[in-house]
Amino acid sequence: MLSRGSKRAVAQLQTGVLRAFSAAPGTVTTPVPHEKTSFGGLKDEDRIFTNLYGKHDPFIKGAMARGDWYRTKDLVLKGTDWIISEMKKSGLRGRGGAGFPSGLKWSFMPKVSDGRPSYLVVNADESEPGTCKDREIMRHDPHKLVEGCLIAGVGMRARAGYIYIRGEYVNERLALERAIKEAYAKGFLGRNACGSGYDFDLAVHYGAGAYICGEETALIESLEGKQGKPRLKPPFPANVGLYGCPTTVTNVETVAVAPTILRRGPEWFASFGRKNNHGTKLYCISGHVNKPCTVEEELSIPLKELIERHAGGVRGGWDNLLAIIPGGSSVPLLPKRICDNVLMDFDALKEVQSGLGTAAVIVMDKSTDVIDAIARLSYFYKHESCGQCTPCREGTGWLYDIMTRMKKGDARLEEIDMLWELTKQIEGHTICALGDAAAWPVQGLIRHFRPEMEDRIGRAAERIAA
Amino acid sequence: MASAMASVQLRVRDESKTGQNEPLLTISAQQCQWPVPQRSFATNSHDVFNVHHHTPDNNWETQFDFTDKNYELVSEIISRYPANYKASAVIPVLDVAQQQNKGFLSLAALNRVAKVLDMPEIRVYEVATFYTMFNRSKMGKYHVMVCGTTPCRLQGAEGIYEALHDHLGVGYGETTKDGLFTLGEMECMGSCVNAPMITVADYTKGVEGFSYNYYEDLTPEDAVSIVEQLRAGKSPKVGSQHRGKAEPVGAVQSGKWVSGPSGTVDTLVGKPRGPYCRNLDEPPPAEPKKEAKA
Repeated sequence: MLSRGSKRAVAQLQTGVLRAFSAAPGTVTTPVPHEKTSFGGLKDEDRIFTNLYGKHDPFIKGAMARGDWYRTKDLVLKGTDWIISEMKKSGLRGRGGAGFPSGLKWSFMPKVSDGRPSYLVVNADESEPGTCKDREIMRHDPHKLVEGCLIAGVGMRARAGYIYIRGEYVNERLALERAIKEAYAKGFLGRNACGSGYDFDLAVHYGAGAYICGEETALIESLEGKQGKPRLKPPFPANVGLYGCPTTVTNVETVAVAPTILRRGPEWFASFGRKNNHGTKLYCISGHVNKPCTVEEELSIPLKELIERHAGGVRGGWDNLLAIIPGGSSVPLLPKRICDNVLMDFDALKEVQSGLGTAAVIVMDKSTDVIDAIARLSYFYKHESCGQCTPCREGTGWLYDIMTRMKKGDARLEEIDMLWELTKQIEGHTICALGDAAAWPVQGLIRHFRPEMEDRIGRAAERIAA
Repeated sequence: MASAMASVQLRVRDESKTGQNEPLLTISAQQCQWPVPQRSFATNSHDVFNVHHHTPDNNWETQFDFTDKNYELVSEIISRYPANYKASAVIPVLDVAQQQNKGFLSLAALNRVAKVLDMPEIRVYEVATFYTMFNRSKMGKYHVMVCGTTPCRLQGAEGIYEALHDHLGVGYGETTKDGLFTLGEMECMGSCVNAPMITVADYTKGVEGFSYNYYEDLTPEDAVSIVEQLRAGKSPKVGSQHRGKAEPVGAVQSGKWVSGPSGTVDTLVGKPRGPYCRNLDEPPPAEPKKEAKA
């Protein structure tokens, strides 16, 4: 690797040959100046969420001691355009799963109001299996989110914001409501927020148990007091959203990191991670690891290093690894041979036909029945489909039916192809991405574990014949 | 109540054989003593048919009204939304109604919410049947929900269910004979690094004392001990049963808590850094000084 010319190395960077980054930090020389090639090992001083593990006081006193609400007035006074341009410079991409550049998204809001108010809606409906990062923010660092709402609100010219939190997070909601109350009492929110002359109101709204309400238009529907069924786009929420007014829906983590980015500078944030994948990110590592945890790390950290450094390694050692779902249940799983080298960022995971999603790493060791694990996800999507689009409503049921049989091997070999075809019939044929999300895990299973499926069918056939 | 009757009347008339302008058939609570189904459906997870069936606790003659205190709460909730979009408050208000009504939404409660929010009743029914946290049949005093989605399942959620099933003698969607516990399965509760977990909704203390607590990092014995403590009127430790809060220290493996390898934990140790802000008035490109590139 070291002997190759720098041109070649750049080409590798661009084509995403990921092995170059797998070595331990410091062993790969930098072919291009100012271009980092090793990632991970974030230091505590660069962590944004300093109370992730709840060791300190989450409320106003502790939060202010940790630096929240520090010079917020000055940030607000810098104005909308400054906030947007700084956010763009930081390279922050949305942390809710799609990875859309946040500064750009915020800039879609109308510059001049036509009489309708603009709304900020924060998506705290965290229900993606494997994901529990926003929960830690809301219960242990709620003021980061509340302050972020004000900053994002100014960035979008919104005068009011709602935080839509999932109904099950009752204790998290109480923490958040308390934080908002404290902020109001201190004059940080409401009329003349932080003494900046800007008026901003914030309220918490909550759902009642529906995964689909994490989809932005479904969330808006739900916030309007209806069933959470996604709307057709266009019109996009930035034009016609909540109550028919311009609205931007954005993830908790995206909003919560904004004040720190502005205070420490976009260059600081952009110094982490590969090109187009900048910043730090909360990873939730669950499943068969020795110390499952949520941890803030640099984007582009190698998956193996992430697990070994922070989650105590895979149970029984790295060689006992079977597969990993790298970004929450909606993205295809990766077998061990890809996990050995892959980097945890949007582009690297896309290249291996998966995705960063919410960075919820679900680890499965060799004791796992991987077909059963994916079948349970199919049940999840069947359960959570809102029933609006036929391909998803009917298709998720079929996926679960066939997966249940695959689990037992009670199928014919050609049904694997049928299952693949079925996922393709669902994918892309629905209003929202839930159909895609239901299809992808099954596709990942077939892509990487087809021999296991065939083997199971074969063994079941033998059993019946015997 | 009258308007509720009207809406039901319509439906009955459609189905009635006479098809005349007869007043709707009147069924009193005594008449509609349906045999209580052996498996009473507790949540939408199990209640696949969004159809109302009369039961002794939930029929046309059941009454519901918010208490004065809860009316105050309801009007506070409504005040969070624009005055012409009262319907936005429907989920929180239904939630209050459910807490007051011991854990489930009767027809009367749904109609009352519709009245309070000036909504057509059907819109409220739509919402109440769509969201899984709304129960439409009688519940036990504690609703014990086991998360069964893949991350919890990998960590032994099935063992938790089996332990609770054996201990309480009920399956998903069923209530114990003493009316204390209803067992339910929920989809991902968003506590995956602390898997497996259960949630207990406590409907014994009305709206003021309502709690909805997560119990995380469970072994099957922990789960049984939690319901036993609840039965004895105690309050079990909320949150992780084996960690302080959320720090990485170990995991449940094959039904036992195993402390992780100690190793070097260098994440979030020591005192967090205090307030910091760069010089905001500096010209923009002057910043990247303190980053030590790896």
